[in-house]
Order: sequence, then C-alpha cells, then structure tokens
Amino acid sequence: MLSVRDLGVAFGAVEPLSGVSFSVDKGETIGIVGESGSGKSLTAMSVMGLLPLIGGRITGGTIVFDGQDLTKLPERAYRKLRGGKIGLITQNPMTSLDPLKKIGPQVDDVARLHLGMNANEARARTEEILGTLRIPEPALICDRYPHQMSGGMKQRIVIAMALAADPDVLIADEPTTALDVTVQAQIIRLLDDLVKQRDLALVLITHDMSVVAQTCDKVVVMYAGRAVEYGPVEAIFDRPRHPYTQALIACIPRGLDDTARLTGIEGTVPTVINYPKGCPFHPRCPRAEAICATDPPTFSVEGDSAAACHFAEVAHAQPA
Amino acid sequence: MILRYTFMRLLMLIPVSFSISVVIFMIVYLLPGDPIDNLLRVGSSAEDRAELVARYGLDRNLIVQYFVWIGNMFRGEFGEAIVLRRPVADLVAQNLPYSLTLGGLAFLFSSTVGMALGTISAVVRHPVLDRFMRGFILLGSTVPGFWLALLLILFFSVNLGWFPVSGAGGWTSLVLPVLTIGFGGVALVARVTRVALLDAQREDFVTLLHAKGLSSGTILLRHLMPHALLPVVTILALRIGWILGGAVTVEFVFGRPGLGSLLIRALGQRDYPVVQACLLMLALAVMLGTLIGDVAQASMDPRIREKKT
Repeated sequence: MLSVRDLGVAFGAVEPLSGVSFSVDKGETIGIVGESGSGKSLTAMSVMGLLPLIGGRITGGTIVFDGQDLTKLPERAYRKLRGGKIGLITQNPMTSLDPLKKIGPQVDDVARLHLGMNANEARARTEEILGTLRIPEPALICDRYPHQMSGGMKQRIVIAMALAADPDVLIADEPTTALDVTVQAQIIRLLDDLVKQRDLALVLITHDMSVVAQTCDKVVVMYAGRAVEYGPVEAIFDRPRHPYTQALIACIPRGLDDTARLTGIEGTVPTVINYPKGCPFHPRCPRAEAICATDPPTFSVEGDSAAACHFAEVAHAQPA
Repeated sequence: MILRYTFMRLLMLIPVSFSISVVIFMIVYLLPGDPIDNLLRVGSSAEDRAELVARYGLDRNLIVQYFVWIGNMFRGEFGEAIVLRRPVADLVAQNLPYSLTLGGLAFLFSSTVGMALGTISAVVRHPVLDRFMRGFILLGSTVPGFWLALLLILFFSVNLGWFPVSGAGGWTSLVLPVLTIGFGGVALVARVTRVALLDAQREDFVTLLHAKGLSSGTILLRHLMPHALLPVVTILALRIGWILGGAVTVEFVFGRPGLGSLLIRALGQRDYPVVQACLLMLALAVMLGTLIGDVAQASMDPRIREKKT
C-alpha cells in the first residue's frame, strides 16, 4: 500500500534524515520507534508531503503509494491524497484544532472536500463517524468549541477528521503522548480496532516500545535520522540485534515489586549538526569498538529483519 | 453568549466613566493659571474679579462644583465657554464633524491598506518586498506627522498644485491630512497584521489543516485571517479613540478646525468648561473604541466570550 525506500530529507545544508525505508499493507500496523529527535515526525511529514511547510525538502528515495511515487507528485494532486487517501493524526490534540471554529465544521470539511458532499451530508457523516469512535451525543459535540473538550475527546475528533474520507493509510504521529495514561490505552485500542474493521494501513509513530509490542505487526527502530533495525515485531522483541533496540526494550517498565527499577539510556540523541561519524549510536553504545567510530555499519539481514550494527551477528547472544 | 458578554462589558463602563469624570474635572484645577485672568481687563479691581468668580461658580467647594458639573452633563448642558463666551455644546458641535471625517477616513485608510500590506508581506515572503516593508514600517512609525504634513504640502500643494495648502473646504482638502495621519496607522496595522499572520502560520493546527487537504488559499482566508485579526482588532480599537484627538498637530499644520485644536486653544486660555467637554468627548471615544474592540474580539473568539462572564 505504502512503501518508503531510502528516504532522505534536508533543511538547507543539513540532512537530518537519510536512508529510511519501510512499507505497510492494508490491515497492517507498522511502528516507527525512537527517542525524540530521531526523525520520526519528519518521516510522517515527508509522507504527507508537508515538508515545505517547515522548510524542508526530500533529497532522495521514493515514497510509493498505490503505485505512484509521491515525491514526484504535483501539489494539486497531493492535496487530493492528503485527508482523502492518507490521514494524519498529530501529536498534541490540545493544539491541533482551530480554536475559533466549532468541531462540526472542522470535521465536515474533509467529507466536503474529498467526497464531494454538501453541508448536510457531510454533517450526517461526521456524526456517524463520531458515533463509531464512541463519542457520546455527536450532534451536541459538533456544536462545541475545541476548548470545551478534554484532550482525549479532542484526539478522537482528530482521528475522526483523519477517517472522514475513508483513507487507505493512517499516519499517527505520537497519538497518545500528550494524553493521560488511562486515555492513552483507549486511543491505542481504538486505532487497533480501526485497522481491523476498516482494513487500514497504520503507521504508528511512538517512542513507547510497549505500545509497539501491543499493536504493531512490524517495527522500524530509528536513531539520529536513520533506521537502525527493522523487522516483524516478534522477531525484533525476541532477538533484538541492535544495541539501541535492546536498550529501548530494556526501558519498558516491568514488574511491580520494589526491586524493579526504571531503566533509561545514558546520554541524548545528537542534534542534526552533531551527528557522529561512523555508527550514529556509538557514543552511547555499551559495546562500541574502534570500528564503530569510523565506519558506518551496513544492514545485516536475517530473515525478514535487519540491523545496522557491526556486531549484529553476535549482539543478540548477549541480552542488554 | 455574545449579548451577555456585551452587557457585562457595558456594566464595567460605569465605574470607568465615574473615575474618568473625576479625573477630567480635577485635572484642570491642577494646572496653574485661571480663566478669570484671561477675562479681566488690565486694571480691574478685586471686586470685579470676585464678581466674575462668583458668576461662574468657581468660589464654591470643589466637590459641590463637581456635582453641579456632572449634573449638567447628564442634562446635556455643557455650560458656557468662559473665554469664548459661547455655549460649549455649540463649539463642540461645530468642531466635531471635522474631527470625525478626518479621523474616520484616516482610520478606514490605515486599516484597509495596513491589513492588505501586512497580509501581502506575510504571504509573499519575498526578500526584496520584505526589506521594502520593513523600511516602510520603520518610517511610518517614526516620522512625525507635522513634518510629513509639511513635506506633503510642499510637494503636492506647492509644487504640483493638486491639493489646497490648508483649510477645510471640499474633499480635496481632506486628502493630504488623511494621508498624513493614515501613514503612521498603515505602518502600525501592517506590522501587527504581518506578525500575527506569521504567528498563526506556526500554530500546530495549521499542519492538520494542510493534512486535511485544504488549499493554502482556503487556509489563509478561513483559518489564519480570523486568528491574525484578533490582535489587529485590538490595535484598531485603540486607534478609534485616537480618531478624535490624535490629529491636533496635523489639524494645526493644515489649518483645519477640529476637537484637538479646540482643546489646545481652550487649554491655553484655561477655559475650563471647554477643556472638560473636549476631554470628555475624547475619553468617551476611547471607551467606545475599546468597547467595540472587545465586543468584536469576543464575537470572533469563543474563548474570550466565556472567560469574562
């Protein structure tokens, strides 16, 4: 359905994203994980064709959707895809709706634009979709303003907007990061149900490995603007071969006894201008050796999964 | 909701009006000098003076004077000008239309042209245009009106002979004053519009609007403009009050009558009733301006409507 190959993105002279590849099919969920600053959101913006909005441009690679390369698609045609065939769910529901407009018209816009509906038909569709998203009294909600609703409710509205034109692909950029923990689980379950009911292809961008484990079929682990490991979720969780993936999995809190401690990863993701030479992860990597600082690693493929680490063959033998 | 807001906002005007009336009444007494000096002929006796003071009620207690004054205001009696010896209401009625036409036209000119220029410079984002706009805004906000007025007179009236040098007869005499006052306003409104639009463009929800597949033009007109207008309305509301009194120097240079000129002349002569009436008109204009601005903002922004009720 959607297939990204070797995607590179640049802002002026800096290139915060390079060599990112993944693909999703209908009814499938792919997780893109990594810490903040690893290029996840840029990937989402690239697929939406919204890079010019933030001053970036695609420098290489292809984004193939439904047989056509989106990197060569003119803006006018792209607008038909956005919101029509590809829906976007953004990170912070508190600021993703226009505060001066009522909820109803904001959702109606999508059906009017992409399905050619008139105002009444669009409103009927909006109320229907809000209903399927388990929003009580849709008609009442349509007459409300964004500031009169909770974050979880607003995120459902954003999801409704993304779904209104019956898209094939949904891109969810950290859809639960800004929400309460209890609401997070509801939204994730909702997205999971939608994928199954509507045969959607879902690109779920998150920094939460436990969310990936619960919902995704495939996963791409990103670090410093590059994919460092990808593959089916079971394979990655069973045998993580990149030290970064191992560290991310180790960060999932488990157990409730007093001995269980929260783990983190030492250091922070380098900023774009400070991307290290060689393997981008080597300054923080527990098993880095001399070669890691000089030579960028290539992907070592094993079945459906691959890891970009010089020691990928031996790494999984020693759990982090 | 908007009616309720407007009503609450009107209620708030009561204490404000009271304080303003006290300040206006008191402020003239703080000034040195008094109007009787302007009326007395040289060599008048102390009795003559006392008689005049008593005639205008200036010998009474200040608080009594205030209540007499405010009572008269409510009855629409602005009293008689002490020095000019004419009913104050006549003087105001004579000068007000000139101020209103000049101020109103300048306001229209600066808001429409300012918003248009601000929008263009925010949307086009061309480096040359940008530099031109910044230069224009800098000039507009710093060049003093009276100096600009003289330059315009020199160029358009003296050299080209297109418009009259001064006076207030016919529409041609309005062009240069309107341009002079409007120039600063255009620069101010353009700057605020530009910044507000650029700010609105950076809001999170704009990404999602693009993601819905809306065109840039639709997003600008239906979503960004309403946001950008909020601060613009605030600025414009403040300038409504300015319409009546802000043109003093320009009125002076162009030899136009107006509330500002009347006030300045009355101040020079310590003509208390005239000064008070003029100040009251100006204060009313400012209050009315902010009221209109607040109500306009509330009608545009649901968050404001709810906050203050």
